[in-house]
Amino acid sequence: MENYYQPEIECASREQIQAWQDERLVKQVKHVYEHVPYYRKKMEEKGVVPEDIRSTADLHKLPFLTKDDLRQAYPYGLLATPLEDVVRIQSTSGTTGRRVVAFYTQHDIDLWDECCARAIMAAGGTKKDVVHVCYGYGLFTGGPGLNGGSHKVGSMTLPMSSGNTERQIQFMCDLGSTILCCTPSYAAYLAESINERGLRDKIKLKAGIFGAEAWTEEMRRDIEKSLGIKAYDIYGLTEISGPGVSFECSEQRGMHINEDHFIAEIIDPVTGEVLPEGEKGELVFTSITKEAFPLLRYRTRDICVLSREKCSCGRTHVRMSKPMGRSDDMMIIKGVNVFPSQIETVLLNKGYPANYQIIVNRVNNSDTLEVQVEMTPEMFSDSVTKIAAQERELVDALKAMLGIYARVRLVEPKTIARSEGKAVRVIDKRNLY
Amino acid sequence: MTVKQISIFLENRPGSLAELIDVLSKEEINMRAMSVGETEDFGILRIIVQDPYKAICVLKQNGYVCSITPVLAVAVPDEAGSLLNILNILGKNGVNLDYTYAFTMKKKDFAYMVFRVQDNEKAIDVLSKNKIELISQDDLAQM
Repeated sequence: MENYYQPEIECASREQIQAWQDERLVKQVKHVYEHVPYYRKKMEEKGVVPEDIRSTADLHKLPFLTKDDLRQAYPYGLLATPLEDVVRIQSTSGTTGRRVVAFYTQHDIDLWDECCARAIMAAGGTKKDVVHVCYGYGLFTGGPGLNGGSHKVGSMTLPMSSGNTERQIQFMCDLGSTILCCTPSYAAYLAESINERGLRDKIKLKAGIFGAEAWTEEMRRDIEKSLGIKAYDIYGLTEISGPGVSFECSEQRGMHINEDHFIAEIIDPVTGEVLPEGEKGELVFTSITKEAFPLLRYRTRDICVLSREKCSCGRTHVRMSKPMGRSDDMMIIKGVNVFPSQIETVLLNKGYPANYQIIVNRVNNSDTLEVQVEMTPEMFSDSVTKIAAQERELVDALKAMLGIYARVRLVEPKTIARSEGKAVRVIDKRNLY
Repeated sequence: MTVKQISIFLENRPGSLAELIDVLSKEEINMRAMSVGETEDFGILRIIVQDPYKAICVLKQNGYVCSITPVLAVAVPDEAGSLLNILNILGKNGVNLDYTYAFTMKKKDFAYMVFRVQDNEKAIDVLSKNKIELISQDDLAQM
């Protein structure tokens, strides 16, 4: 039996969804044009006025927003309501110089919570469930989003936040958690820890809602088997609201986008042209119900495919595939955004050569990051301990910059391939896409 | 009274030592002594050769990162307790060993120890006062 939070919306006819989108888009464009000078200027530059947008068919006329715009407009440039109406901010997983702050009115929080409630119920959640949230709480949207969704469903919510695996497992056993919400890599780690302690029989988990990082089908099956649960994917981004922009149903074949709140488009990442349904391209979102931070045509940089094929779960909202890649060079490692340029900055600051290579891999379902650097005569010493100390210093500096551990590997000079044009800096062996 | 050790950076991977030795042997550079200090990722190969300048030139031409370090080479009589005697002399005089390794040559009844210490002058002084025989780079060339 499929489980819905708002069946009248989630299973509405396509005509109804279309009508909602048309009406809300027109209203939203007016709201943004009137209250966000930054975007109004962009519209003016493109020669578009709100009256040009009469339905979703006109959406393509609007200018795009990118992460660069968000940085330029930081902090308040894209805020569309008076500050007094804002009740909360959230922020992206913080990488230096790239932080994005999103604003929420109470209305925005409610809508976001509803989206997460839909995801929890699609994973079989009811008010009788015990929802164990070990996404981080704070600026990160993971914890607050699922926490709010769980409240809407009426489930008992365990606001565990991340870390302290011993305590996670103890609460899971003692309080009988039934739905686990965390990153897939942490779920895999928890599964391993639970099985190592022989506590598999003591846990009552039936489902997991895992997101905030890319994961494979194979990893899904591993987690499902090792915890005896059904694992559901969830997608979202702080810029658009947070987790729950889209979520998986029992079919586990793509994530339903909450189209009553977000219009999804697929574009050619090079030309910006809208692509027909079923084609692979960059996912673009338009928020049509948010008040404080309503982004129009925001380019996610995620490459995926949309499908309006009928879903047996009964939901009528469009499904998106798991992201198949990124249209820029950003890597998501352990749920944290990492840019090669940050690594380069640290290396240059520490006097290392600019020739380096980044190897990303996944070992035992956990992301690993390795930075290979060539040895130079200046760094060299006949003492192993001296070189090892320099290596440790570099590891610490990288950790401070990236927020995650990067293993440093010193290699012989001239062993990192020089390429003719753009250097191949990143080798991602995770095969996530 | 020191000998010149050559230290070379090598990646810790199959074949890396063989590649280096191949370079040396093609130039007919014969090693007197050799030792490796290793970590998970890399090793530092330390060698003693008759003509360190030639060796350094060859290594640099072949893209290796290397350096020359003056180290002590001590003749140790081939009998039980003689190494202990030398180590006691160094230890009691506060000379700390960074690393050490041993080698032999054609001269019968003697083995040789290489000592890497922070203060060569002090170590030489202490050893000489205790009548311990040190060998020089020239000695090596003639052996």
